[in-house]
Amino acid sequence: MSILLIVLPLGLVLGAVGVVAFIWAARQGQFDDLETPAIRAVVDDDLHEPGVH
Amino acid sequence: MSAADLGIQAAERSAAANPVTGCAHCGLPVPTGLVSPSGDASFCCEGCRSVYEVLHGCGLEQYYALRAATTDGEVTPAPAVAHALDYLDDPAFAEEHVKVRDGGIHEVELHLESVHCAACVWLVERLPQVVPGVIEARLSLATRTATLRWDPERTRLSTAARGLARLGYPAHPARDADVRAARRREDRSTMIRIAVAGALAGNVMLLAFALYGGHLHGMADLHKHLFGGVSAGLAGLALVWPGRVFFRGAMASIRTRRPHLDLPIAIGLTAGYGWSLWETIHGSLDVYYDVIGILVFLLLLGRWIQSRQQRRGHDAVSMLFAVAPSTARRLTASGGRADLIPLEAIEAGDLLEVRAGDTIPVDGTIRLGRTTVDEAMLTGERDPITAEIGATVLAGTTNLSGHIEVEAVATGDETRAGRLMDLVRRSAEDRAPVVRRADRLAAIFVPVVLGLAALTIAIHWSNDPGTAIGRAMTLLIISCPCALGLATPLAIIAALGQAARRRILITGGAALEALSHPGIIVLDKTGTLTAGRRRVVRWVEVDSAEGVDAGAPDPHGVLRAVACLERASAHPIAAALVAWGEEHIPSDAVDLHAAPTDVVETTGLGIEGTIDGVRWRIGRPGWISDHARTPRGFEGRTDELVDEGLSPLLVAREDAIVAAIGVGDPLQPDAEASIAALVRRGWRCEILSGDDPRVVRRAGERLGLPTRRCRGGATPEAKLERVRRLARRSTVVVVGDGVNDAAALSAATVGIAVHGGAEASLRAADVSLDRPGLTGVVELVDGAARTVGVIRRNLAVSLGYNVVGVGLAMVGLIDPIVAAILMPASSLTVITLSYRSRTFAAPDDVAGEAEPLEAPDRPTGPFVRAVT
Repeated sequence: MSILLIVLPLGLVLGAVGVVAFIWAARQGQFDDLETPAIRAVVDDDLHEPGVH
Repeated sequence: MSAADLGIQAAERSAAANPVTGCAHCGLPVPTGLVSPSGDASFCCEGCRSVYEVLHGCGLEQYYALRAATTDGEVTPAPAVAHALDYLDDPAFAEEHVKVRDGGIHEVELHLESVHCAACVWLVERLPQVVPGVIEARLSLATRTATLRWDPERTRLSTAARGLARLGYPAHPARDADVRAARRREDRSTMIRIAVAGALAGNVMLLAFALYGGHLHGMADLHKHLFGGVSAGLAGLALVWPGRVFFRGAMASIRTRRPHLDLPIAIGLTAGYGWSLWETIHGSLDVYYDVIGILVFLLLLGRWIQSRQQRRGHDAVSMLFAVAPSTARRLTASGGRADLIPLEAIEAGDLLEVRAGDTIPVDGTIRLGRTTVDEAMLTGERDPITAEIGATVLAGTTNLSGHIEVEAVATGDETRAGRLMDLVRRSAEDRAPVVRRADRLAAIFVPVVLGLAALTIAIHWSNDPGTAIGRAMTLLIISCPCALGLATPLAIIAALGQAARRRILITGGAALEALSHPGIIVLDKTGTLTAGRRRVVRWVEVDSAEGVDAGAPDPHGVLRAVACLERASAHPIAAALVAWGEEHIPSDAVDLHAAPTDVVETTGLGIEGTIDGVRWRIGRPGWISDHARTPRGFEGRTDELVDEGLSPLLVAREDAIVAAIGVGDPLQPDAEASIAALVRRGWRCEILSGDDPRVVRRAGERLGLPTRRCRGGATPEAKLERVRRLARRSTVVVVGDGVNDAAALSAATVGIAVHGGAEASLRAADVSLDRPGLTGVVELVDGAARTVGVIRRNLAVSLGYNVVGVGLAMVGLIDPIVAAILMPASSLTVITLSYRSRTFAAPDDVAGEAEPLEAPDRPTGPFVRAVT
């Protein structure tokens, strides 16, 4: 039963890791523009002649 | 075969199938004279040709395939760019706008014109391929802002901007970069708060399930304490970190004695947490931690969505005014050539060159030259004034005809336009904020709830003080107005979204609440009720012996001469005449570009010139009559035009008058219907214009407004004064477009800037109509009323939940599980109701969308032939 004493804090720590990761991403500006990067990913990499970046 | 080839082939196929050749860049029909005889790519204009050539030269043809795939045929011709960009390299500009990054890389933000689709993102971000030395270009589609990084050793900003222009995207410095950086920081911290609140709420909910189980079936003391303690910790964190904003709002509400919904929310949260903490310490399971966590999360989410939607409005508006002039030509002391420098670098005493057609950049005195100046932007006066050496010209006005040199007297904020903007800022600050319906409710809500809590204690105290306090606390918790807090924002978000799709950009929900009740609408005339552009309204030709068919203009006669001759002038009336000519003569039938010789333009009177050996004069009636004889039966024509409210012009061939032209600024085609619709809805309409009082009265008569509601000759200060006076008694809505309206717009309860308005008016307004015509105002008023209906329904529903909850709490039927079901249920109901309602739609009593180029008051046959 006392396993809960370990599992519960562990669960919270894992949750905290997720939150910290989100905070890091938000501070990096990953969520500033939610529209353009999607387009960028789709239209990029197509038809690139070698040597041209 | 590559996608690019496919795109081009498709373009060629459609060109072959259709006798009309499409432009290889934009697809619009190519004028017959410009179709390439060899069957190569043809272009509708030089702008398109140069973009096409750059794209092919740099291996970027893929753009066409991408564009075809990502747009629904909404393509615009490339803007013909020639605007000078050297000012971008000026140190004064760099100091203000350019940031230096690691390794000496420079970075700047630029607003780009004509960005419209995914293919634009692709193309703009290929800029390093076009301009060597540019390291990176990132485009944000939502804000149409590009962030440019370049190596100052290898290229210059002006070169990069020229590269963008060659791709078809004229660039302008983003002058609001600081504001947006601050906003971005704020956005990020809001997002973090929501994420933390969400994570905490989720975890507290998980623990709450265990506690519910314990509640029903009993639970070991160790676990009770473990779950209770951890829940208390997590919920406490939710209150002091993301939930802090509500307590701050509640404190502000108490300090300023202005009711705000944050106050009851804070009371409910405090009561819930305090009670739960007390219960936890005493080993009970009656705790509300999960309710608290969910409340904080939902309320923050609602506020964030609302502010995001309002940002969209702001962004769209800031793009509209990024296109303001930012440079001036300063003459060097030696009298040499003029340097193009940024406005920031000009000081009083500098001598500036202002060419015909330029906006005058400073307040100053003319030192050389003679010209006409269009001051409509500042004064609303439509007719250009003549300015000579020694005359004062004002920043923001347009130099129409002559080349002048101006000595700067005042620059920037000290100009009259700058002082006007200051007035705008101050009157915006003075404006009393609209008290939100929900906040007004909160003013009643708080005392009622506290009273009921006291009543509960009083009733139950004699039996058992513990139960009495318990029930009072549950009452405070269950009455926490979560759904009430969401009711207004959600209804407004839904409405703002729908409005934006109808091209009505609203920057705040308060405007909608203010617009829902009829009040006074003050309309500017020029540019608001009218198109703001002069056009030919009447054309009366003297029937000559040439035997042309009545009803259609003779392509070789007067009209062609007028169009050719007026092309040589920069006067706004001339532009109207040229446009009229182009509209009514098929361009392939007659050459409209025949250059007249011996052109003499007399400022303020008219123009004369020789075409194909014939001497033509166009100008004011008095001036023409001095040079030519009036045919019999034509004498009264000029007066008739004046009576119609038009500016008359006469045309003389050699020594005989051959035509009279009435030029005017016709009312918007939907103006009359829109005004009528507003009056039907109970609004009082009045016209307040800087234009001549007689012109204003005549416009008022056309619109069916009584003369006392039509005021002309009003200066910006007078407009502001009038609006302030009206605002003391009722809701005042100002609809305007110019700098001269800006102060009035910001002093009004709600300011509406119409399509094509000046930067200042857009800044000052709460609502911008991004489409021509006045139907948008009617639609806005209707939409506002419907939105407030939705808000009211939301409030009623959420109050209903609260009333039920309070009733249950007073008789002691609420326990944590009931609270946990009741509170999210009320929020969900409100969310569903908000998103299912349709608020903005075309008003059914104003016919159709307005096409502003079609004058409504144009007589059915514009060409009237006077039979002499």
